[in-house]
Amino acid sequence: MPKMIIYILVAFAVTYAIRVLPLTLLRKPIKSRFIRSFLYYVPYVTLAVMTFPAVISATDSVWSGAAAFIVGLVTAYISGNLFLVAISSSVVVVIVEILLKFVF
Amino acid sequence: MEKKRVFLNGMKMGIPIGLGYFAVSFSLGISAKRAGLSVLEAAFASLLLNASAGEYALFTLIASGASFLEVALMELVANSRYLLMSCALSQKLSDEARLPQRMAIGVAVTDEMFGASLTRPERVLPAYYFGMMSVAVPCWSIGTALGVAVGSVLPGMVVSALGVSLYGMFLACIIPEGRRNKLVLGIIAVSFLLSLSAGILPLVNKIPESTRILLLTVIISSAAALLFPIKDESEDVADA
Repeated sequence: MPKMIIYILVAFAVTYAIRVLPLTLLRKPIKSRFIRSFLYYVPYVTLAVMTFPAVISATDSVWSGAAAFIVGLVTAYISGNLFLVAISSSVVVVIVEILLKFVF
Repeated sequence: MEKKRVFLNGMKMGIPIGLGYFAVSFSLGISAKRAGLSVLEAAFASLLLNASAGEYALFTLIASGASFLEVALMELVANSRYLLMSCALSQKLSDEARLPQRMAIGVAVTDEMFGASLTRPERVLPAYYFGMMSVAVPCWSIGTALGVAVGSVLPGMVVSALGVSLYGMFLACIIPEGRRNKLVLGIIAVSFLLSLSAGILPLVNKIPESTRILLLTVIISSAAALLFPIKDESEDVADA
C-alpha cells in the first residue's frame, strides 16, 4: 500500500475511534445531573472558545475580522438564521477590506 | 414520507455548512499539495477525516516525514474535543438511532454539524444528520481536492470572507440560546474572555490551540455545571 494511504488510514482510525466510541457506547440517557449539565454547556462553551479570538485573525486585517465578529454577534442575536449570519459576516469582511485598501 | 422531509430539512441546514466547508477545505487543499498529496488522496483524506485541525496536522506531519505513531498521537490530541462532542451528541440523537446509523454518523461529527444538531430544540433523528452530511461532506472533500488542483488562484479577500463564514455559523448556533437564556449568554461571554486570555497569557499560549480549546471547554463547562446545574425534572430538560 502506498505510504500516503497508510498515513491517511492511521489518522482515520484514531479520529473515527474518538468520535464513534461515545456515540455507540453511551446510548442510555445519563442519570448524573452534573454530567447532564456539563454536556448541556459543552456546545456553547466550545463553539464560543473556537470563535473568539480566532475570528479576529482569520482575515487579512484585524479590522475586518473584528467587524465580522461584531456583525455576526448582532445578526445572530436578532435573527439566528445560520445562513444569514454566515453571509453577513462574510460580506462585511469584503466591505471592510475594500475600504482599507482603497479609502484609507 | 416523514423521514424524507426530515432528510430534506437536514440538507437545507447542510447548505450553509457546506459553503463554509468549501472555503475552509480549499485552503486545506493548499497545505495538502505542499505535503505531496495528489488530488484523489486529498479528497480521500477529507472524506474520511472531516476535521480541519486534524487534517492540517496530518498534512504538516506528512510534509515533515513523521512516523505513523506520531501521526496517531497527534490526531488523538488534535481531535480530542470530538470525544466530548460525541458524548453530547449521543444523548441528543433520537432513540430511533440504531447502531449502524450511529456508526455512520461517527464519520462526520464535526464542529458545525455538532453545533447545528445540539442547538436544535428537539432530539435529532438520524435522517436529519444524514441530510446535513449528504451536502456538507462532499463540499468538504471536493473543496480539498480543488485546493490541491488549482492552488492559490482565489484572491485573498475572497478566501478571508469565506473563512469567516464558519465563525458566523458558530455564532448563529450559540447566540440564539443565549438570547432565550441569559445564563448561557453570560457563559458564552466568559468563554470569549477566557479564550482571549489563554491566547495572550505567557506559557498558556504555548499550548497548541486544539488542546487549549479542549481544556477551556472542560474547565468552563464543569464550573458552569457545578454552579448552575440544569433543572432536574424530566429527560427533556437536557434538550431545552
